[in-house]
Amino acid sequence: MKELICIVCPNGCRLRVDEKNGCRVTGNSCPRGEEYGKNEILHPVRVLTGTVRLHGASLPRCPVKTRGPIPKEKLPEAARALCRVDVEAPVQTGDVVLADLCGTGVDLVATRTILP
Amino acid sequence: MTEHQLVVIGGGPAGLSAALSAWEAGITDILLLERDKYLGGILNQCVHNGFGLHRFKEELTGPEYAGRYVELLESTAVRVKTDAMVLSVSPDRTVRYVSPADGCRTVHAGAVVLAMGCRERTRGAISVPGTRCSGILTAGAAQRFINIEGKMVGRRAVILGSGDIGLIMARRMTLEGAKVLACVELMPYSSGLNRNIVQCLQDFNIPLLLSHTVTDIIGDRRLEKVVVSAVDEHRRPIPGTEQTFECDTLLLSVGLLPENELTRALGAEMDPRTNGAAVYENMETSIPGVFACGNVLQVHDLVDFVSEESARAGAAAADYIQNGETASRRTLTVENGNAVSYTVPQRIRMEAVDQGVQVFFRVNRVFEKSAVTVTAGEKQIARFKREHMAPGEMERIFLPEKLLALAEGETITVSAEEAEA
Repeated sequence: MKELICIVCPNGCRLRVDEKNGCRVTGNSCPRGEEYGKNEILHPVRVLTGTVRLHGASLPRCPVKTRGPIPKEKLPEAARALCRVDVEAPVQTGDVVLADLCGTGVDLVATRTILP
Repeated sequence: MTEHQLVVIGGGPAGLSAALSAWEAGITDILLLERDKYLGGILNQCVHNGFGLHRFKEELTGPEYAGRYVELLESTAVRVKTDAMVLSVSPDRTVRYVSPADGCRTVHAGAVVLAMGCRERTRGAISVPGTRCSGILTAGAAQRFINIEGKMVGRRAVILGSGDIGLIMARRMTLEGAKVLACVELMPYSSGLNRNIVQCLQDFNIPLLLSHTVTDIIGDRRLEKVVVSAVDEHRRPIPGTEQTFECDTLLLSVGLLPENELTRALGAEMDPRTNGAAVYENMETSIPGVFACGNVLQVHDLVDFVSEESARAGAAAADYIQNGETASRRTLTVENGNAVSYTVPQRIRMEAVDQGVQVFFRVNRVFEKSAVTVTAGEKQIARFKREHMAPGEMERIFLPEKLLALAEGETITVSAEEAEA
């Protein structure tokens, strides 16, 4: 039995995951908590957020995120990959700034609309 | 002097939400004043995710959350002035501001919403000994340098304070290639959210040193090392427990202070427990027609609740403009009892209560299985069960009008207690 704190939302539910029983999750208060509990034991994932270089606007950086979660162990490599991304204004929230980040199959998208 | 129905001071999440809800309530002449160049306030530098789960039922980053509100506001005729710094608000609701575009202007408003947010406590506020070298900055300042300006603040860092901004910055610095040596917390518990301790510290094997503090800062021009000591139950450093961390950066995440210079100068009654204005059930301050909401009223943990509180303030301001002052023949004062450090609102005007009143508060220590009670004199009028409460997590209860009507005296008291198994 493994005890975890759910990080899906700010409630921070205390989960208990039973590795011996097909990773059955208890202590969650929503279905997303169950998914998190299972994932955290089997293959932990995280959403990566950060910024990339921005050209042609008064702001020098554009905030970005991975559109979905990526494997946790890929975080350092993926964070380094952000240093090599350049974006030109205008950029819209949701625009793909880098497809398939580090072979994760997940796109990196802008999280702020910035006009020139 | 120009006349407006409503002036909103501050274009962060609180001001945006208040302006929107007043617009939706039928107020068409609204002026929103923001001192920065952009709307969205501090959300713009909070590039991490976790915002909006309550409000939008999805997980957004700070800029995305702000963007949603800015988009909604752009669909209205609310007038926005950025780069506009408010200098004063007077009790007759005259607002003076200055901006490069307008110079010094004076406007009069039918109602005013105060939504100026808060700022960070600095080194001066916590009296850490040591030299005055560079490399010591607040976590939020570092966040702005990195996320907005694109400038890295250091390579080896120690973080003092385990509030959410400190935890978020521990992860942010790590992902940007810095080494975060430790997060040091004076109290025996973290004031940050549990999820942030997991995903910002544990994910990166950053030690959290509870009941520890920084007792010396050493550096000539740039910070070279900090000394960290364990503290006893009275939060006094214990000699002999010193450990030294060689680092070039010390980030401070040691609390937030509502930015209430305007509110104090206005003469609104303040609550020393929150460092914000004392408000009635509808977020109105002691000055009629002046409302306060968001972090300038009480420091929140979640922006979703800032938006919700501010929407109530905006709607109440609209009601004031349309229907005049709220009757107050009978007023209940809300007091904090056992283990509760403050309540918002501080007063409830019984005639103004429609279906009930939302009361926010914080406990002053960690509780497991527990209960929140509301008493009027000797009589308990409500009891709410809780599985877990902590000072870092704002609590709220809803008091239906029917239960409030049971209170016969002039005060009700909110208390926390361990629940019997």
